Amino acid sequence: MKLVTAIIKPFKLDDVREALSEIGVQGMTVSEVKGFGRQKGHTELYRGAEYVVDFLPKMKLEVAISDGQSEKVIEAITKAANTGKIGDGKIFVYTLDQVVRIRTGETGGEAL
Amino acid sequence: MTRFISILGKHRRMVGILLAVISLLLPELAVADEEVVLDSGDTAWMLTSTALVLFMTIPGLSLFYAGMVRSKNVLSVMMQCFAITCLVSVLWTLYAYSLAFDVSGMEKGVTNLYSFIGSLNKMFLSGVARESLVFTVPETVFVTFQMTFAIITPALIVGAFAERMKFSAMLMFMGLWLTFVYAPIAHMVWSGDGALMWDWGVLDFAGGTVVHINAGIAGLMACLVLGPRKGYPQTPMMPHNLNFTIMGAAMLWVGWFGFNAGSAVAANSTAGMAMAVTQIATATAALTWMFSEWLSHGKPSVLGIASGAVAGLVAITPASGTAGPMGAILIGISAGIGCFVASVKIKRALGYDDSLDVFGVHAVGGVIGAILTGLCVDASLGGAGLAEGVSIAGQLWIQCKGVIFTIIYTGILSFIILKVLDVVIGLRVNEDEETEGLDIVSHDERGYNL
Repeated sequence: MKLVTAIIKPFKLDDVREALSEIGVQGMTVSEVKGFGRQKGHTELYRGAEYVVDFLPKMKLEVAISDGQSEKVIEAITKAANTGKIGDGKIFVYTLDQVVRIRTGETGGEAL
Repeated sequence: MTRFISILGKHRRMVGILLAVISLLLPELAVADEEVVLDSGDTAWMLTSTALVLFMTIPGLSLFYAGMVRSKNVLSVMMQCFAITCLVSVLWTLYAYSLAFDVSGMEKGVTNLYSFIGSLNKMFLSGVARESLVFTVPETVFVTFQMTFAIITPALIVGAFAERMKFSAMLMFMGLWLTFVYAPIAHMVWSGDGALMWDWGVLDFAGGTVVHINAGIAGLMACLVLGPRKGYPQTPMMPHNLNFTIMGAAMLWVGWFGFNAGSAVAANSTAGMAMAVTQIATATAALTWMFSEWLSHGKPSVLGIASGAVAGLVAITPASGTAGPMGAILIGISAGIGCFVASVKIKRALGYDDSLDVFGVHAVGGVIGAILTGLCVDASLGGAGLAEGVSIAGQLWIQCKGVIFTIIYTGILSFIILKVLDVVIGLRVNEDEETEGLDIVSHDERGYNL
């Protein structure tokens, strides 16, 4: 089992969600985060005080999937979240040790 | 209180004497006098103005300032403004009204102790009966109206020491400052014949000197004595909610009609022109700041247009009783540019942490307005007309004298009060407290529980 974490541009969230839905990935967790990679920040001005804001708002998406889905999921996210411009984000894949469905107690692949 | 009389010119001496006589005799006799009768139109307007000026502090100024600080300090600003409102209201009632406006012992052209400060004859508002009058309005209304001015002046200073002052020290400072700085200056400019700056002929219709230069200089002293916020200027300290700030600025604008037009102490043509020039100067200054910033930085900002509006409001304040529409435009442009440069360029260059630009907007705007008042009063600029025997140059010099005296008096006394308090109880919270934020540290509360 894998945990796929994707950092994407906030406005791409709906596109990615649709793309994942199309390949059968139903559940996900989303959080609002800030960050930067090579994308530079922007300046804000308040009464003559200029601030360079490095941290840019991003969306973090987490989906737990089976090993077999891994390639399709990465491809779906990459295509949907891509704009071609700097700051599109990254995908990280972690190996999942255990998954549990709290309501029923199911574990492993059944819980995905 | 005889501000608008000075504009009429001719009746000045007569009404001045009348006023002194009325205030020395029993209050009941004021009503018996045929010349001074309660006018319900004037009274209705003054009741309204009082509410408008209170509205300027709570919530106008509170929101304006609160939006500009970091979210961890939002409540502290609101609390300071609200607490000042309460404290000053009580102190004004107990003795400060007397110190500011009592005219016992005052005589035109005579310089004595009472030229600088009023007696305590009206302590606890004794002598202010239900039927007492100040011109055509009840004295009770006048007391409360002036109270709202006494409230907003110290509240303005909050901007200079925001995010780092101890609440207890702030309360003590405000109480002492009201007593030793605000009341005397108000007395010297406004109480009538025999008052120092009144006798000089200083024109300050609604408080360019008494309120804005006063608070602005005190603010400068405060930020110098307290020192900069921790991390200033490298650490970004961005306004956390400019929505509050522009809403607050709008409330200040609306309330200011009570501040300026209400200073006519009557519902008459002087009030009418005061309202008009207030609107004109404010809009002009806001546009000027906006365009200055657009040119200088490349984009017009919300904080800029709001600040420009406040700068215009400040500058037109002393001139509101005497300037005409074209004078208002001149004052608006001057304040827009002058305050923009002071707040945006000079502050950065000199490095002092006047957190919310109290000096840059109120002191600089107040000085610009106070001096231009001397120019714009002239009939050739649409003004109400210079006093008899006084030239433009003469009036300009009188205005300068008033400005210089106020700067020196307020600067020195504010500095002393601050230094004494710093030694006795300490003015600032400690570094860790400052980092955590005043809302938690001083009030055990959060502005936002999201």
